[in-house]
Amino acid sequence: MLEQDLIERVLNEALKSGGEFAEVFVEDKRSSSAVFDDAKVEELTSGRDRGAGIRVVAGETTGFAHTADLSEDGLMIAARAAASATRSAGASSRTNVLERVVAPSPNQVETFPELVAKERKVNLLIQADEVARSQGAAITQVSARYGDSRRKILVANSDGVFASDDQVRTLFSISCVATGDTGMQTGRESIGRPIGFELFDDVDVDELAERAAQRALTKLNARPAPSGAMPVVIGSGGGGVLFHEACGHGLEADLVNKQASVFAGKVGETVASELVTLIDDGTMSHEWGAFAIDDEGRPAQRNVLIENGVLVDYMWDGLRSRNEGRASSGNGRRQSYHVLPMVRMTNTYIANGETNPQDIIEDTSSGVYVAQLGGGQVNTATGDFVFGMTEAYLIENGEITEPIREGNLIGNGPEVLNQIDALGNDFDMGSPGTCGKDGQGVPVGDGTPTLRVTSLTVGGTAG
Amino acid sequence: MKAELLKIAESVVSQAVEGEQVEVVAVHGKETEVRVYQGEIESFTAAESQGVGIRIVHDGRQGMAYAGSLDVDVLAETLEEARDNASFGTPDEFQAIANPDGVESVSLELLDPSLSEFANEEKIAMAIDLERSILASDTRIIGVESTDYVDSINTSAIVTSTGIRRASQEGGCYIAASSLASDGVDTQTGFGYSVGRSPTSLDVVKASSDATERATRLLGAKKADSGRMTVILDPYVTAQFLGIIGSTLSGEALLKGRSLFADRDGDQVAPSFLTLIDDPTDVDAFTATEADGEGLASRRNVLIDQGCLNGFLHNSYTARALGKSSTGSAVRSYNSSPGAGPLALTLTPGRCSQSELIQQVGEGMLIQGVAGLHSGVNPVSGDFSAGAEGLMIREGCLAEPVREITIASTLQRMLLDIQTIGNDLERLPMKSSGVSIVVDDIMVSGV
Repeated sequence: MLEQDLIERVLNEALKSGGEFAEVFVEDKRSSSAVFDDAKVEELTSGRDRGAGIRVVAGETTGFAHTADLSEDGLMIAARAAASATRSAGASSRTNVLERVVAPSPNQVETFPELVAKERKVNLLIQADEVARSQGAAITQVSARYGDSRRKILVANSDGVFASDDQVRTLFSISCVATGDTGMQTGRESIGRPIGFELFDDVDVDELAERAAQRALTKLNARPAPSGAMPVVIGSGGGGVLFHEACGHGLEADLVNKQASVFAGKVGETVASELVTLIDDGTMSHEWGAFAIDDEGRPAQRNVLIENGVLVDYMWDGLRSRNEGRASSGNGRRQSYHVLPMVRMTNTYIANGETNPQDIIEDTSSGVYVAQLGGGQVNTATGDFVFGMTEAYLIENGEITEPIREGNLIGNGPEVLNQIDALGNDFDMGSPGTCGKDGQGVPVGDGTPTLRVTSLTVGGTAG
Repeated sequence: MKAELLKIAESVVSQAVEGEQVEVVAVHGKETEVRVYQGEIESFTAAESQGVGIRIVHDGRQGMAYAGSLDVDVLAETLEEARDNASFGTPDEFQAIANPDGVESVSLELLDPSLSEFANEEKIAMAIDLERSILASDTRIIGVESTDYVDSINTSAIVTSTGIRRASQEGGCYIAASSLASDGVDTQTGFGYSVGRSPTSLDVVKASSDATERATRLLGAKKADSGRMTVILDPYVTAQFLGIIGSTLSGEALLKGRSLFADRDGDQVAPSFLTLIDDPTDVDAFTATEADGEGLASRRNVLIDQGCLNGFLHNSYTARALGKSSTGSAVRSYNSSPGAGPLALTLTPGRCSQSELIQQVGEGMLIQGVAGLHSGVNPVSGDFSAGAEGLMIREGCLAEPVREITIASTLQRMLLDIQTIGNDLERLPMKSSGVSIVVDDIMVSGV
């Protein structure tokens, strides 16, 4: 993307006013999407974003500037702007010899998105619309979306790191509205992988469309969700977001360092039921949060965060690990060249258990079974979190019975981790997600086997 | 900058060929972001960004392309992509680039000259001052997770082959802090902020006292009992709900059969003392703007008039398809095609302060914050459920704090269950203003 000697000159310029560390992050991203809605191909959109972000660290201060101008002049202006914010009086450092970081990509791309005729992308949407509408006259609206992106990044820093990655992602989603006597209900399904159009060799779009439509239809008969604290069984694959919120964010070193996490100072302590082993793994082949190198040039890693209930380690980016004199865990990510990297999750999941999932349900006399969770949110300082149920049922006398309407579940991370009393042997990854933190979104994956939490508060309207 | 962007947009529009409509949005932004921590600058970002969005309509087929650059070669590539994309659209007789509609735009002063004169040192000093003030305010404050000063000046131009040509410039700034309080056992967080068009209008004292009060008054919070009760929503919480209600009144939702208010035009959907307005011409609104996303004059639209539903918000497409006129409500950024929705929502305030409302309610709960609204509201069915925290109201006074509860109802019911609107109108860094409201019969789930 840029010549190595140009990058060295930019790094040296960035360090001139006394910074200890400088980094150039170059990004060239092309994306395309197609939207089918209201029985029409509504539009195709193509996008291009290309530029560089430069940061300089001196002491506790980071200076940052970005530019869409990748000429030497443009980069030098940005380097000086980033350096100007760091008011260090120290002697200027030099860039170490740049050495290429070689990291195998967990994602083998066969068909790059730009090589696929737009017509094929559009046809997937038309097909999904037809299948969804054929599920019943009550399906009154269907919207389907195809999106792909190819993001080439290059990271070089004054420690001598020189790395690049070519990240492809393909995503498909469908959302249906069903209308009945009780009003309207929605059902959604999505699939995404960090690969090209070959995604659709394995994924049956018809099946996704059918599931989304059936979900909306089922909810037409749903009764209001109960309210209050009760046992909650979360289905395999559908509930990884629980751990993303309940403890994932609280294990991010930037929040821990500011004492803004309930897990601060707890490494080595038991923080969860011994059934819980929590892993964040950026190397998980073909999973939504996987990549070869993170946005700081560090190879992706598999990190065990909690092992049999004991907190093993936090997740780290370059800045935070540098202060602690340890290595980054490959969790330094950013939405684009416009922003600084932060500690972010990749694919976060609970390792498989040993119990037959059916036994877990039979062993639950009354409660709620959640087949699919929606998005969530956590306050890492208190551990309180919420997430939405997008498909859920009542459990009565050990059986899954009637569907219930949407609602939120609320709990406290440290408490919930200790209240997991059954873990299934049916591990699966969930739907592709976008994790938001400080206004930045990055693709993440999550997964879990079926599990039971002895008590979560269900926020329905029924007494 | 306005002239420069207009020229760039015109240069692209002039390449329109026979039978094709072209719309070009060109934007430029300048932003400073200072984050301080423990009296030091944690990060300082100085950034300029630019972008172009090109929309083509050819025989009723729409195509869109964008790029984060205004370079000549990029403009040419983007135009070609938009043209190519248009060839795949389904022909739609109502699809077209907006025509000028003759509505004069109101001239608004949205860029305060003092904004660009404010020195970086002063921005840093203001943020450090805010952090220090919070730390000194109460012994239970154990830290401030982040303290930010942010300002931006955005310029945009829109030119179309149908004769629209408009440029505007808007500036704004804010300070915000997120505090941590502890009583040795329990930890709670709070936030405070202040928004304005010039640094001198920012209120460090208010941002500081809000951040302190919100965190400290929740210390020791417990779950509440489950049951139906009367709640008061803090202005910030009301604003979040208004945003969702506003989205259900989008002409797009109506057209596509996704609005829970379809066929309700003229119906009583709220008590008669409630009037909901979308008014981007109100210069005090954070999101005030002279023009909508299609370059039509923005205007004041009354959505609920004394409790009666008074129509939907339209862009030129939803208006054409439904036989209405555009309400100047095209919403977009340069990298998307125009949707339809609110630009600056507000409820007409009532007469009582929040403390008077607390007295009137007697027994209930003040909801200080909600979480998970993005996942807990279904804007199609109207069902909602959100995590909440706040304080119990007992005998007309604020009492013990509560947390880890949920509140639930439907948007339709909640509107009808509003008992009183407060007088504490608050401008927020979002598309809705806030005001305290009293809502009856909300289901609270706790223990």
